[in-house]
Amino acid sequence: MTDMIELRDVHKAFGANRVLQGVTLSLAKGQSLVVIGGSGTGKSVLLKCILGLATPDAGSIRIDGQETGRGDRDAFLARFGMLFQGAALFDSLRVWENVAFRLQRGADRLPRAEAREAAIAKLRRVGLGAGVADLYPAELSGGMQKRVGLARAIAAEPAIIFFDEPTTGLDPIMAGVINDLIREIVTEMGATAMTITHDMSSVRAIADRVAMLHAGRVQWTGTVAEMDSTADPYVQQFIHGRATGPIESLR
Amino acid sequence: MTLVLRLLARLGRAVLSALAALGRVALFAGSVLGHMLRPPFYPREFAGALLQIGWLSLPVVGLTALFTGGALALQIYSGGARFNAEAVVPSIVAIGMVRELGPVLGGLMVAARVASSIAAEIGTMKVTEQIDALVTLSTHPVKYLAVPRVLAATLTVPLLVAVGDAIGIAGGWLVGITRLGFNPATYLRNTVDFLEPWDVGSGLVKGAVFGFIVALMGCYHGMTSGRGAQGVGRATKSAVVAASVLILAANYLLTGLFFTS
Repeated sequence: MTDMIELRDVHKAFGANRVLQGVTLSLAKGQSLVVIGGSGTGKSVLLKCILGLATPDAGSIRIDGQETGRGDRDAFLARFGMLFQGAALFDSLRVWENVAFRLQRGADRLPRAEAREAAIAKLRRVGLGAGVADLYPAELSGGMQKRVGLARAIAAEPAIIFFDEPTTGLDPIMAGVINDLIREIVTEMGATAMTITHDMSSVRAIADRVAMLHAGRVQWTGTVAEMDSTADPYVQQFIHGRATGPIESLR
Repeated sequence: MTLVLRLLARLGRAVLSALAALGRVALFAGSVLGHMLRPPFYPREFAGALLQIGWLSLPVVGLTALFTGGALALQIYSGGARFNAEAVVPSIVAIGMVRELGPVLGGLMVAARVASSIAAEIGTMKVTEQIDALVTLSTHPVKYLAVPRVLAATLTVPLLVAVGDAIGIAGGWLVGITRLGFNPATYLRNTVDFLEPWDVGSGLVKGAVFGFIVALMGCYHGMTSGRGAQGVGRATKSAVVAASVLILAANYLLTGLFFTS
């Protein structure tokens, strides 16, 4: 299978804080990878480096065989959709305008009325009625905001979708709903997905493969079944939420 | 000796830090101006900024000008009475308003209202990852957030100054005829006869410069905001302080340039 995302020996430091210390990871086209790891292990920085929101200090990041940071940046970003941890909806825009944001920009932009229809269709896909389209994000609950963020991430049907802590701050039922939606949508679109989370229910619902990040490196990688049976003490401590083990609880 | 060296080192660090900040602001201003000339343009965001910065600042600028014009009339009358020059009230109120007080007080009031709100809005967008979201949606944050606001402020603050000038003069006129015994028509004739076009024009140019400064400071401090509520609060405070000081400094330089040839 062709690798859609390939990272080799990626390093990133913020001052003296060396967040990524040689991350090597690959993700095949159409696969769903979940990256787990404790807080501050560099999971979000990893996504930001791939998207170019942060520039790696060293290493190579290739998307579909092409080195990132070269060529047309808009065309590069057009291949991605991203659901942010707090949804990151634009407060000043209505829900449908948030969802249709990308559809109304660039060379292939849709007329306003068509963009609105497309946005409402995506809102329906994530289980929201047309009634929310004209509301502002502040008028929605946390779960609804996550759904709108998901609708925005998939609106332009990107080839690659990133999910940053998709269930943080949600109750277990809503978290389950979001996990199921992510799984369904990724499968239906045939997209390549990378999710970062600490939520083990998300891992089991979303992942084809799991990678564990620890101390700025990939500590372990494998399937969900392999994750449950691995003897790796870091993985075992993390997935069972033990306070004692090789991962320091005070970081 | 060590104490002197330590003080000099501290002074040096402060100067270097101030120069670095100045450089960052200059680069940001250059980036805003560069994006202003290159498509895509965002007319909807520009229209929103016109409304927010221009129209909604009108009450505060108008009230400031009204009371300033009235107070100015009282001050000039009282000062002029010391050498029997009470008749200069209309002309000095007009010159004082259109050359100095209209643009400077208008600029400062807009700085308080607009620089703070821009910095708080963009700073909040930064800490809630909305700016990162813009980038992932192939939208340049400077082009989408800063350009419409800077352009709108540069165009609308001169208009606010013009309206403020008129209201300020009206405030002086009102006080002049109700409390100082001026004839309404004579007061107005003195005002119109004495003012020259450049008196008004120089104030409007100042207004455009002050508008640019206000929005630039709001956007710059918002986009460089630190994390959390404290970071946004600090960005908001810095935007207002920097905009106010730069307005006063620019006013001195422009006044020197325009009126001391």
